[in-house]
Amino acid sequence: MADAKAYWKENVSLVLKLLTIWFIVSYGMGILFVDYLDKFQFFGFPFGFWMAQQGSIYIFVLLIFIYVYKMNKLDKKYDVEESDDHIPAEDMGRGMTKGGQ
Amino acid sequence: MDIQTLTYIIVGITFAIYIAIAIWAKAGTTDDFYVAGHHVPPLANGMATAADWMSAASFISMAGLISFMGRDGSMYLMGWTGGYVLLALLLAPYLRKFGQFTVPDFVGDRYYSNAARTVAVICALFISFTYVAGQMRGVGIVFSRFLEVDITMGVLIGMSIVFFYAVLGGMKGITYTQVAQYCVLIFAFMVPAIFISIMMTGNPVPQLGFGSTLADGSGAYLLDKLNGLSTELGFGRYTDGRKSTFDMFAIVAALMVGTAGLPHVIVRFFTVPKVRDARLSAGYALVLIAILYTTAPTVASFARLNLINTVSNVEYTQTPAWFKNWEAIDLIAWRDKNHDGKIQYTAGNAFDGNPDFTDGRGVNGERLLNNADGKSANELYIDQDIMVLANPEIAMLPNWVVALVVAGGLAAALSTAAGLLLVISTSVAHDLFKKMLLPNITDKQELMYARMAVAIAVLIAGYFGINPPGFVAQVVAFAFGLAASSFFPIIMMGIFYKRMNKEGAIAGMITGLIFTSAYIIYFKFINPGANTADNWWLGVSPEGAGTLGMVLNFIVAYTVCKMTPPPPQNVQDMIERIRIPRG
Repeated sequence: MADAKAYWKENVSLVLKLLTIWFIVSYGMGILFVDYLDKFQFFGFPFGFWMAQQGSIYIFVLLIFIYVYKMNKLDKKYDVEESDDHIPAEDMGRGMTKGGQ
Repeated sequence: MDIQTLTYIIVGITFAIYIAIAIWAKAGTTDDFYVAGHHVPPLANGMATAADWMSAASFISMAGLISFMGRDGSMYLMGWTGGYVLLALLLAPYLRKFGQFTVPDFVGDRYYSNAARTVAVICALFISFTYVAGQMRGVGIVFSRFLEVDITMGVLIGMSIVFFYAVLGGMKGITYTQVAQYCVLIFAFMVPAIFISIMMTGNPVPQLGFGSTLADGSGAYLLDKLNGLSTELGFGRYTDGRKSTFDMFAIVAALMVGTAGLPHVIVRFFTVPKVRDARLSAGYALVLIAILYTTAPTVASFARLNLINTVSNVEYTQTPAWFKNWEAIDLIAWRDKNHDGKIQYTAGNAFDGNPDFTDGRGVNGERLLNNADGKSANELYIDQDIMVLANPEIAMLPNWVVALVVAGGLAAALSTAAGLLLVISTSVAHDLFKKMLLPNITDKQELMYARMAVAIAVLIAGYFGINPPGFVAQVVAFAFGLAASSFFPIIMMGIFYKRMNKEGAIAGMITGLIFTSAYIIYFKFINPGANTADNWWLGVSPEGAGTLGMVLNFIVAYTVCKMTPPPPQNVQDMIERIRIPRG
């Protein structure tokens, strides 16, 4: 399935982009460069301290909703979204167990 | 009304609600019992996930820890929220599509091996029991302080409530009680935070009050004032870090990856109807968690400032009632080293070890201790766990707020305990009995075994709550380390790397498991004296060991997999299907 491959590729590239931001705001701004960023005042906070205790969390939330939005669009583009009355096969894995062992 | 009566009323009402929900949501099949029939709407699942995840540690202990750690406390904030990004992007949708009941199910089927399944069951059981013991201890502390029943009685009451709704309702009952528990706990956490924020800064939003100027007319920023006081008393600036950068890095990574690998959190995403619901409910869950997690550091700094103002250089006889109440249950201690009758609160230990009280009283009426003096001039010992519970009293809020916080702490502990007990029961009834030992049992029999397993797990957890092993605090690092070093890498590679085979997965899991356990056991139990930065490998503390274990797991799994045959075609086909929502 060429379509499935292309869908997966776009999915992985979206995930990589979002995880790069995830890494920069937490490990980058909240840990590695926190002392440097602390030199800047952000309202009543040293900026690095604010990123570590507040800002990174807000961005995490944002990242997940961007992912949800983009993936729903991607599902439509490749016509792989679930229809409203459809529920994924609940027994899918069970057959696999027998085949696999 | 006094605090105790109010507490009985509010806690009584919340318990009645939980029981009513349990009766309404009785489970009829194993589907209901394990995954609530896959019919939980995304928002409800988000609320349940948030309550499931936010434990006694998040509600009761975390703000207290941050309060004493300052900026370094951000490792809990980032670590315990950032994991949801990993969970939402890398695991939840695919595991939902896989559509089974448990994490060992996935590991066993994806790696076509009962050996892999067994290792996964052992990890799941260990992680869950470790955690549940901590929750029961939390329940015990809350009951003994605020309802003045003894800890044993408190744990028994908590156990019988969980027993009732977990055994009757399984995942279905647990899910809808967790929705109610989320409402109780978030309300209970926010009300005092908002009150205190208004009192201290005039801003009703704690997240903004945190960065505002004080309402005392001085015009100084709250954090500047706190930094000044902390420096004066020798603690160092509140907004500065003390841990090494690399160690912080490793600890945050271990907490994030551990969060994403915790079986009781993962299993929540099996309960929603569709793949896209799994993604969305991870988003809802993190929003609902973030409300508490962005408030906790504000509570931490408010409490810190209030505490210093209330006790520093104050005569013991003039301290407020809460001070003596917590002293009465061993969680605050004061030794008048310079005999001036005033509390000197500075950096350093007041005495060696945890307080060991004698029966006697000192000249000021304080409880006397057997401990040897610490090296510092500090006279005060405060257990970090009491900050959230004591905070409303320290800030002199009305009694009903104190009672509300108690109900919130209980909701946090009970909701998490229930989720963990369910993982234990599914691991035993489903993964061990149905999938391995007794494959021919009917659905009805399996349901009965699952109920029995919950019942037994509740009893064991209760036993640990009443006789807490001294190492509860240490083993929390263990739970995260194991989840990070065993589950996360092999689940992720199971989805994203089709070539990964059973040999690689088993080798990786065992390497991660053994390395992380050995590292933590050595520094925490065998040779605690050597637990200093000089002796740590790469300067990583045992709390961050999961990160090293995870990296080893990835490397070993990849190497072994390259040298052994690829997985069979039917498994490769299964992975293709997991990656696409439809079908």
